[in-house]
Amino acid sequence: MDRLKSFSVINAFLWLMRAAIIAVVAWGTIQTILNNTTSTRAWTDFVIFGVAQGSMYALIAIGYTLVYGVLKMINFAHSEFFMSGIFTATSAVAIPLNASGFMAEHPFITMILVSLVAIVVSVTVALLTERIAYRPLRTAPRLMALITAIGASFFWQYYFSGLLGSRAKGFPAIDALKGSVPFLGTQVLKTHILVVIVTILSLLALNFFITRTRAGMAIRAVAENKDVAALMGINVNQTISLTFVTCATMAAIAGVLYALVFQQVHFYMGFIPGIKAFTAAVLGGIGNIPGAAVGGLFLGLFESVGPSLFLQSLGIASFNQLKDVIAFTMLVLVLIFRPQGILGERLTETKA
Amino acid sequence: MSKQLNFDWRRTLLQGSMAGFISLNISAIGMVVLFGERYLIAGLITMGQAAFLLAPVGMAYAAAKSTLGKWRILTGLVKAAVIGLVASLFLVFLVWAERIFDLRSVLLNVSPKLISFLTFGAGADQGSFLLPAVTVTVCLLSAAAAFIPERIRKALFFGLGLTALVGLLSPILVERVRNFLGQSTVRVLFASNALQLWPGIILASAGAILYAGYGFAASRLKPASTPKSALATRMARQAPLFLLLLSLPFFLGTYLTEVTNNVGIYLLMGLGLNIVVGLAGLLDLGYVAFFAIGAYTMAVLSSTGPLGIGLSQWVASMGLHPGNAFWIAVAICVAVAAVAGVVLGIPVLKMRGDYLAIVTLGFGEIIRILALSDLMKPVLGGAQGVLQIPKPSIGSLVLLEPEKLYYVVLAAALLAAFISTRLRESRIGRSWIAIREDEDVAEAMGINLVRTKLLAFAIGAAFSGLAGAIFAPKLTSIFPHSFSLLISINVLSLIIVGGLGSIPGTVVGAIILVGLPELLREFAEFRFLMYGILLVMMMINRPEGFIPSDIIRRELRASESENPTPAT
Repeated sequence: MDRLKSFSVINAFLWLMRAAIIAVVAWGTIQTILNNTTSTRAWTDFVIFGVAQGSMYALIAIGYTLVYGVLKMINFAHSEFFMSGIFTATSAVAIPLNASGFMAEHPFITMILVSLVAIVVSVTVALLTERIAYRPLRTAPRLMALITAIGASFFWQYYFSGLLGSRAKGFPAIDALKGSVPFLGTQVLKTHILVVIVTILSLLALNFFITRTRAGMAIRAVAENKDVAALMGINVNQTISLTFVTCATMAAIAGVLYALVFQQVHFYMGFIPGIKAFTAAVLGGIGNIPGAAVGGLFLGLFESVGPSLFLQSLGIASFNQLKDVIAFTMLVLVLIFRPQGILGERLTETKA
Repeated sequence: MSKQLNFDWRRTLLQGSMAGFISLNISAIGMVVLFGERYLIAGLITMGQAAFLLAPVGMAYAAAKSTLGKWRILTGLVKAAVIGLVASLFLVFLVWAERIFDLRSVLLNVSPKLISFLTFGAGADQGSFLLPAVTVTVCLLSAAAAFIPERIRKALFFGLGLTALVGLLSPILVERVRNFLGQSTVRVLFASNALQLWPGIILASAGAILYAGYGFAASRLKPASTPKSALATRMARQAPLFLLLLSLPFFLGTYLTEVTNNVGIYLLMGLGLNIVVGLAGLLDLGYVAFFAIGAYTMAVLSSTGPLGIGLSQWVASMGLHPGNAFWIAVAICVAVAAVAGVVLGIPVLKMRGDYLAIVTLGFGEIIRILALSDLMKPVLGGAQGVLQIPKPSIGSLVLLEPEKLYYVVLAAALLAAFISTRLRESRIGRSWIAIREDEDVAEAMGINLVRTKLLAFAIGAAFSGLAGAIFAPKLTSIFPHSFSLLISINVLSLIIVGGLGSIPGTVVGAIILVGLPELLREFAEFRFLMYGILLVMMMINRPEGFIPSDIIRRELRASESENPTPAT
């Protein structure tokens, strides 16, 4: 900001942009509240869906944040860690077991199997990516690492499309998770409850792992300073691999939850959740683990409530199509006006 | 003993396993089956077989090449045999796994057809022996190639490479040869869209001899000193190339000209992105936005359909052919795209590297979603797009065919190349490079960051807008799905493969990455998979690209000798 202070025209333009967006959002919100077109019930539904969606974003966002912490790079291929696990597990486990009737009899065992396969595949993909694509470039300019990550991302997408097919596959529905339960005067889908519970458990486990175990401490030490960590007897390469394992596990769990909620998987499914989770990570302050969780939740809520709250009354036709625009606009706005995120960046280094 | 022979069993086994793993994956993702239909040399080898043999052969060659010591030839050959054997065992495993389990329900491409390709049509039982035998043989051959003197080896590789290329391109060559030399020549040279065996052998040996002869002649002749040539001599030297470019549609025919036009449009975008990424170092992943803006501006201005604003009708009312509206619209498109470049550039002025990439990616997606949305439907047509865009015309001459449109593309590409070259050598070009190297230092040296960066965005966007403006009438109708992120990735890949900051590199990159997949329809399916591999491999092994710009090459070589500092 300070480096460009002298250019008042630019600043004026940015201020104008900020004011315009705030005005649009405020106007839309006031209109919606005054017109009162949407029932309270619908609002509660939006909020609950937002929380469920946000939980998934949070799980993926943690991957971006952790890798950013240790490697100082945006792991563009993280969305493929998310996709690869559940795509493989659906094709190789869920669909065959559903066809044989095993899934209907033992849904719990099937889901455990699906999760295990998803985690194993995601972790393998993550380890291969780290070893082959990222490790040789650890000291290279950042632009090169980013381009490599983009390449890796495309490679994995089209690899899995070739391996398992490019068409979308339906994830079999589970009877036990069908329907909804009453909650706070509304009906909540059982899958949404499961998503929130699993997310909370995963985040608690991650928190324990990062703060209480030796391996977690090693990750934090490497994130702080690789050279000093190496001097303290930490195996940096192993710790970085471990970070990728952690990230991929979280992404795989998010993938399983995604399949349960949306009941469809395909090779391209990682892209949009990946970008949004990255937005969430930036929102919470990249490198900041609790921040990623908060950012994910915030983004999920914003995206779910936003279109109805401030686009509906502006007279925009099919305003729900612009859901993704809201997320992307938010990413742009956050990066322009508060690049350190809501909770603040844990690592205050220039992003050169 | 083992030390003397320089034989590392573990390493060799690992190399074999890696090669086998790669071949296994190439087979499982469907490359072998897809390529298997096509013979490179009629009756001898298909592209699919070449695909799964490539990894073991390459690995065997590398292993043999790196072998040193007294018994190096023997050791190298043994290594190659082991690598071939281990690698082929992976494929034999796949053959038997397919036979025992129903793999196809999960792995779509592991089909009986794949097995027949892998076993050379012999079936699982005999194939289990035939496959290792063939693999080991070709591995031994490639290892042997590593030990023949370098000059002969290079000539040999050149000949084989030439033959492989001709074999790959034979469906197109068949059509061209038929056009110029008649059906009888085709029948001698090609059979069922592949090179015949004997012409193939002749081509390979002729290529090898020519290459060797050329190398010999070049080594005898003293390299002529090249003084800084005057403008006149330089132009005289470029005249044949220029003439060739002008007469290209005559040689290429309709289909190949169409492909060339696509290459030209990507080249335009590549030249633009080259300024933004290659010179100014601003990684822009939303570059497709400006392409879309150019195309949609052209569409809305000149369409004769309900969405057009009537420029064509206005031109028609002046008594001209409506296609002449193109020339007015193109200027507007370029201007609009340049303005869009500045407008989208202002918010990202302060960002660097990663954040810039993601924000521009966001911009690209926002533009695409907006074009697709009902919000902009009254203007941009939503998913149905804008139709009825007239082809450009000069006076009453309508540039309907690709052969005529080619000259528009050529003129635009030449203009863009000229502007890029002149800009790079100008003060502003050096400012861009300075910003790329170090923003803070550049600013301290008195470079106006805001102006310089915005200029890069604007010029890059203008080139892309120009490409879009040509793209729209070329297709006569445009849809939002033509402007996905994949285009940005495609353009980024081509400038990286060619060499960041290098204009000849961009040309080569466009030909390789856009032209080849169009010619090799089989490859098109795996286009983005290969782009992914290319991006990673280029960054790791050859970050300067195939035809690097001088500055980048110097810089990378210089940084290798210094102690690399960890990126923070």
